[in-house]
Amino acid sequence: MPSVPSKAPVPSGAPQAARAGSAPLGQTLTDLIGRTPLLRLERIRPAGNLFAKAEWYNPGQSAKDRAAWRIVREAERAGKLGHGKTLLDATSGNTGIAYAMIGAARGIPVCLCMPGSVTPSRIKILRAYGAELVLTDPAQFSDGAILRARELAAADPERYFYADQYSNESNWKAHFETTGPEIWAQTEGRVRHFVATLGTSGTFMGTTRFLKQKDPAVRCIEVQPDAAFHGLEGMKHMESSIVPSIYDAHLADGRAKVRTEAAYRRVVQLAQEEGLLVGISSGAALDVALRVAQEHPSEVVVTVFPDNGLKYLNEQFWDDTLNK
Amino acid sequence: MSVVVEIPSALQRFVDQQKQVEVQEGTVKEVFAKLIGRHAGLKEQLFDEQGRIRSFVNIYLNDEDIRHRKNLDTVVKAGDVIHIVPSIAGG
Repeated sequence: MPSVPSKAPVPSGAPQAARAGSAPLGQTLTDLIGRTPLLRLERIRPAGNLFAKAEWYNPGQSAKDRAAWRIVREAERAGKLGHGKTLLDATSGNTGIAYAMIGAARGIPVCLCMPGSVTPSRIKILRAYGAELVLTDPAQFSDGAILRARELAAADPERYFYADQYSNESNWKAHFETTGPEIWAQTEGRVRHFVATLGTSGTFMGTTRFLKQKDPAVRCIEVQPDAAFHGLEGMKHMESSIVPSIYDAHLADGRAKVRTEAAYRRVVQLAQEEGLLVGISSGAALDVALRVAQEHPSEVVVTVFPDNGLKYLNEQFWDDTLNK
Repeated sequence: MSVVVEIPSALQRFVDQQKQVEVQEGTVKEVFAKLIGRHAGLKEQLFDEQGRIRSFVNIYLNDEDIRHRKNLDTVVKAGDVIHIVPSIAGG
């Protein structure tokens, strides 16, 4: 196995004042984004060909740090953020946490639209970082939040920079520039199958484009909920949703659907057999990636576990599981 | 008099694209039995193989989660409104 990449100091771009004659000491929050470990799931897949990126090793504890940081960086560079301008977006959670965290660290006000059904603990995390929240009708899923963010942005373009993670090219490019190269390096170019769940689709689009550029034979499989009505937080059923404009339905070599309960069972399995307490979309990713690893026992299969499970411990399925 | 069940957009295709459906009063269980009797496609969406409400499905009676009352045995009276609140999705 290649060694786990370290989050080594990245001196470039540090303020001049922090330099004590040479490279600056220490690291900033955004230096810690990316370079997550690649875990080998040995108990669930003893053949040793199934791997997952542990994205909760990012400082905001999810894969969304990567996209949010590139979105903010590009907006700052283009002069769209700064001078008190507020970053505005629709998010069901992890992107919001990433924006709120990065915004706090860089002095950028953040306003987030999200369905009123998000968990109270999620709301507390966002408020703790100082973000302003606009809660929308839960019955409209995340589409209600997207429509509200568009309204706010249109009504006051001077006040807001509408980040629009669903259309922002930086979303998928973040994964093209980081997640993809990391997987390629960590598998020493041996990755043959890549499996990822779709939310905004940024992780899948960017990573897939990079891997296929390195080797067009890498098979890339996208994972969606099996129905419009589902409990796979962070995931999108494309047929019945506002389709993100960064999503290209022709990129995937295969498309798998996961029923919510199957993902829940995999989340419990990961906690109890691998000691990995992960979020629900990780369970969905495993359900498909394990099947691929079993079908191709001698080939390297890589998936992405987008976040850890702490935010989901109050979900009903954990009560149902633990009270059985 | 009847009970109004508000149907979230993700489930409207199972009830002929209606936004709400009126059902006779009873317990929540009876209300849903009648609803599914008329719109069979809803069953798999709302209930698991053991006939329990799927764990990500939240049913609110006049804005209160029925899990905090008597769950499926909660009595629904004429004029009450039931909301089916789906999980959130997508980034």
